[in-house]
Amino acid sequence: MNTPEQPDQTVPGPDALQRFARSWASAVLTLALGVVLLILLPRVLDDFALVQATVYVVMSILAVSLGFIWGFGGILCFGQSAFFGLGAYAYAIAVTNLGDSTLPFLLAIVLPAAFAGVLGYLIFYGRLSDVYMGVITLTVTLILFNLINSTAGPEWKIGVAPLGGFNGIPGIAPLNMPGNVDDVIGPRGLFELSLGALLLVYLLLRTLLAAKPGRVIVASKENEQRLLLLGYDARAYKLSAFVLGAAIAGLAGCLFANWGAFTSPTVFSLAQSAQIIIWVIVGGLGTLVGPVVGCVAIQWLTSQIGTQQTINSNLVLGAILVVFVLMVPRGIVPSIGSICALLTRRSRRKAYARSNINAEVSSRAAQDEHDTPDDKAKVDPHGETVR
Amino acid sequence: MDLAAVILIQVLYAIASLIVISSGLAVIFGMMKVINLAHGEFMMLGAYATIEAIRVGINPWVAIFVVSPLAVGVIGVLLERVIIRRLYGRMIDTMLATWGLSLLLIGIVTSIAGNTTAGVSAPLGNFTIGAYSVSSYTLVIIGVSVILAFALRWILLHTSLGLIARGTMQNPQMADALGINPSVVYSATFAAGAALSGLAGGLLAPLTGVVPTMGGAFIAKAFITVIGGGPAIVMGLVSASTLFGAINQIATFASTPVFGEVALLAGAIIMLRLLPQGITGRFFKGSL
Repeated sequence: MNTPEQPDQTVPGPDALQRFARSWASAVLTLALGVVLLILLPRVLDDFALVQATVYVVMSILAVSLGFIWGFGGILCFGQSAFFGLGAYAYAIAVTNLGDSTLPFLLAIVLPAAFAGVLGYLIFYGRLSDVYMGVITLTVTLILFNLINSTAGPEWKIGVAPLGGFNGIPGIAPLNMPGNVDDVIGPRGLFELSLGALLLVYLLLRTLLAAKPGRVIVASKENEQRLLLLGYDARAYKLSAFVLGAAIAGLAGCLFANWGAFTSPTVFSLAQSAQIIIWVIVGGLGTLVGPVVGCVAIQWLTSQIGTQQTINSNLVLGAILVVFVLMVPRGIVPSIGSICALLTRRSRRKAYARSNINAEVSSRAAQDEHDTPDDKAKVDPHGETVR
Repeated sequence: MDLAAVILIQVLYAIASLIVISSGLAVIFGMMKVINLAHGEFMMLGAYATIEAIRVGINPWVAIFVVSPLAVGVIGVLLERVIIRRLYGRMIDTMLATWGLSLLLIGIVTSIAGNTTAGVSAPLGNFTIGAYSVSSYTLVIIGVSVILAFALRWILLHTSLGLIARGTMQNPQMADALGINPSVVYSATFAAGAALSGLAGGLLAPLTGVVPTMGGAFIAKAFITVIGGGPAIVMGLVSASTLFGAINQIATFASTPVFGEVALLAGAIIMLRLLPQGITGRFFKGSL
């Protein structure tokens, strides 16, 4: 991987699909699709189906938050559910105390971000490696889970809001229009708000990634040392990506607390953390649409498994994670892309070989064939992050 | 005076249980640099092996010290052959795959054994110090942890088996050239680590409720101990267990067991910020 490129060899550029994924056309297409769904779904689906769809959308926001920091920032956070849960709890506690939901909504975004700021400072400025990162985020999630779980007694309350321990907080007040406590959001409004938020997050991240800070974040994933030598403080960029991811996860947590009007310590659980990782790895690292695809697919699968008794959902999720890591490490969306690219390249090569039957060309083609495994190694999503 | 003795035993027990919980992981991570997130589930399998063995009438001590390490060691060999060996050198992928494995094992055991808590009572009963009653089994765990630490050190330093394992981990090509099959050594090391995890599960089965999800309670503690310990396998294990076990037990005395655990984990995070290389990265350098 570190051998210098031979000058006479053609450097394999991004294939057509990768180029498309980076282009503005794909962003516009995705957003347009989202807006169509935003207008169409509330008209087609009944209330029950819409409520079901809302949780898919909320979890998709969570999936995108991890997809961003992991796929683009190279930060494998095993505790994204910590920020999700903090968002849910921050909203629940604040709205019970304040009544009006405007400030709690903001708090649900700011508080996880601030927490991520402190945690990220410890990790990135301590120059801890990926392994430590994974273990520390996992540990923090467990700490939160244990702490909140043990607050069942009536003496545990913040303001007038009891924390509820393992029973959770029931009856969380829904969001209302700023300034008017009686004008609360209904199930339809919540769906539109969630999908709107998802599209907004997508637009924000796409814009960020196209702009300079986003490119530096991606660069910090690819080669942190080179970035440092170029004069960028990789730690600061990683930290801001981490904080942004936490803010998005907090937003998802707030919407989730709204969705069920309930939150419990399971939002911090290891199972929840594992699920987020599975969504992202199944959908595809290094894309923003991939995590959404993975999230919807896996959520649907889990709910299908939940309706029958014979197969345990942990079993299926675990098997999926193992199989994807071993066989489809890039996830669904990029794999579909590379299969398409492979097909087009092969047909193009056939046409090329037919047009001039030349010994040199065929030998070159054979060499190309030979090079393919190298290409695969190059795009191995975690190859660079291993230290 | 009696209270002081009881507190001392409790602190020693906290340290010993950390050593027992983390030893399997210390071998797998310390030797092979494989992050085994299914460690807790290996312990869970060991606990179930013990319980099932006792249920069919095997002597509890045989079940704990023979059946559970053997059973989990065999499972370890299988998993290493099928999954882990494809991922050597890819730390992040190993982490993810073993996490998937842990979910898979939880799922399989839940399907077979159900979600209910099984348990065996602690053998040996209690003894009293003044007005306090202490479970004799506590002393067994303390004893096992001491033997475990010395045995690990002895095997790694003073037997040809340990020499071969350490040499292969350091330079597999050279070991290969010297006529040692590295793939067998990798399998054996992983199996040894798995067997230690199984033993830990069997040992703790009488003390904790045995449920398919019990592994989650140990995984973070075990990891933080091994990573906090740093590069020296045995010395790191013992020093980090001592530090974190003491923190845990003192905080437990001061408040509740939950806060004891929280203090352990929070203390470990702060320690990692101060000593990113772990305890043996700074102190006791060059020991094993």
